Amino acid sequence: MIKEFIQGLSITAKHLLPGHTTTVEYPKQKLEIAERFRGLHRLVPDHDREKCVACGLCPTVCPAKCITVEAGEDENGVKYPKVYQIDMLRCIFCGYCVEACPVEAIEMTGEYELASYKREDFCFTKERLLK
Amino acid sequence: MPEMLSLSNDPILFLSVMVAKILVVFIVVVLIVAYATYAERKIIGRMQTRLGPTMTGPLGLLQPIADGLKLFFKEDIIPAQSSKFAFILAPMMILVPAFITVAVIPFGDFITVGGYLVPLHITDLNVGILYILAMAGLGVYGIVLAGWASNNKYSLIGGIRSAAQMVSYELAAGLSMIAVFMLSETLSLRGIVDAQAGSVLNWYIFSQPLAFCLFVITSLAEINRTPFDLPEAETELVSGFCTEYSSMKYALFFMAEYANMIVVSAITATLFLGGPAGPFAGPINLLLKIFFFMFLFIWIRATFPRVRYDQLMFMGWKVFLPLALLNIVITGAVIVF
Repeated sequence: MIKEFIQGLSITAKHLLPGHTTTVEYPKQKLEIAERFRGLHRLVPDHDREKCVACGLCPTVCPAKCITVEAGEDENGVKYPKVYQIDMLRCIFCGYCVEACPVEAIEMTGEYELASYKREDFCFTKERLLK
Repeated sequence: MPEMLSLSNDPILFLSVMVAKILVVFIVVVLIVAYATYAERKIIGRMQTRLGPTMTGPLGLLQPIADGLKLFFKEDIIPAQSSKFAFILAPMMILVPAFITVAVIPFGDFITVGGYLVPLHITDLNVGILYILAMAGLGVYGIVLAGWASNNKYSLIGGIRSAAQMVSYELAAGLSMIAVFMLSETLSLRGIVDAQAGSVLNWYIFSQPLAFCLFVITSLAEINRTPFDLPEAETELVSGFCTEYSSMKYALFFMAEYANMIVVSAITATLFLGGPAGPFAGPINLLLKIFFFMFLFIWIRATFPRVRYDQLMFMGWKVFLPLALLNIVITGAVIVF
């Protein structure tokens, strides 16, 4: 019994030595995220406009119903999203919109620090998603 | 040889020296209490491969002050169905005995002030050990009272457990002390320190190793530290006797826990490690010994799980008590023959 007590004490004493901590001091120090991490969305630009053709598949597939798309046509008769909005408060970061997109116009970035003090800040418009 | 300072030969100097000694000891104990919380969080954090507080000030050194301020400004809740007088009295009844026990601890030899000899202890009772045991016994009333007054089942069970634990372990602690004053032939702590003077080998830890081990373990149980912290066992009893307490009253329980740790360390150092004897100035030696035991208690807390209630009772009555009695018999036999 005494042997086990000493064993336990020596383990904790060993951990006391410098270099045994596993804590990541988050705001100062960040872990590298995985390549396929699903963070904030991004609309992929294509020359002077966004790639999106406003087909409406992403709002259809979205299980959280957080994507709003309103289609419009420009002077050449090409469809484009007049409004493209994602409500980050509802988004569950499932990545189905990325999978559903036929033209690969939407992708997910590694950005995960999305906290904000204002409710409006969570409404990501087309301009913000194109950045 | 200068005269001993007393109330009769210079009353004003005597009183001012007395007040100064009390203030210094009190402030030192309060400071150790504050930074013991920091040291505990830091050391346990490291031992569990975490960091402990790092954000409040450099290395988190201002954490105890932040904690104190936070608790001070918290809302003070008194449960509607509680017994208000006892509820308010309980935290004081725990803290006060913890602090006044320090009064009999000698923290050095003699210094000369204004041509008189001044002993470095607040008071030297000729029944010092009895006083310590009495104060330790008084401390448990606070816990039982807190448990009962809260009108909460967890608090009550915590209080009852504390009482049972105290009864079982104070016996063994007291009996292990008896072997010490069989050797020193005095109950005064100053006398016990003097009896250990001379060389390191005179320290009672060498002549009474069993009593030393028993005393350290049973005093862990008496101050409700892990692995004997059943009165406040978080996993079963929420927070035990202090479940219903908030704000500064909770802070008093917290302070009492650490003050008790200091007191127990100081008593162990005095009884078994020659008190203020050592290579440095008296108070520094005593502080180093206290810090050693505090570190040991924190280390034990970081390592061992809580004992079960039946194991606690088994150890108290069937292991420690017979061992303490056996130790007395052996000590007596060695003294007589």
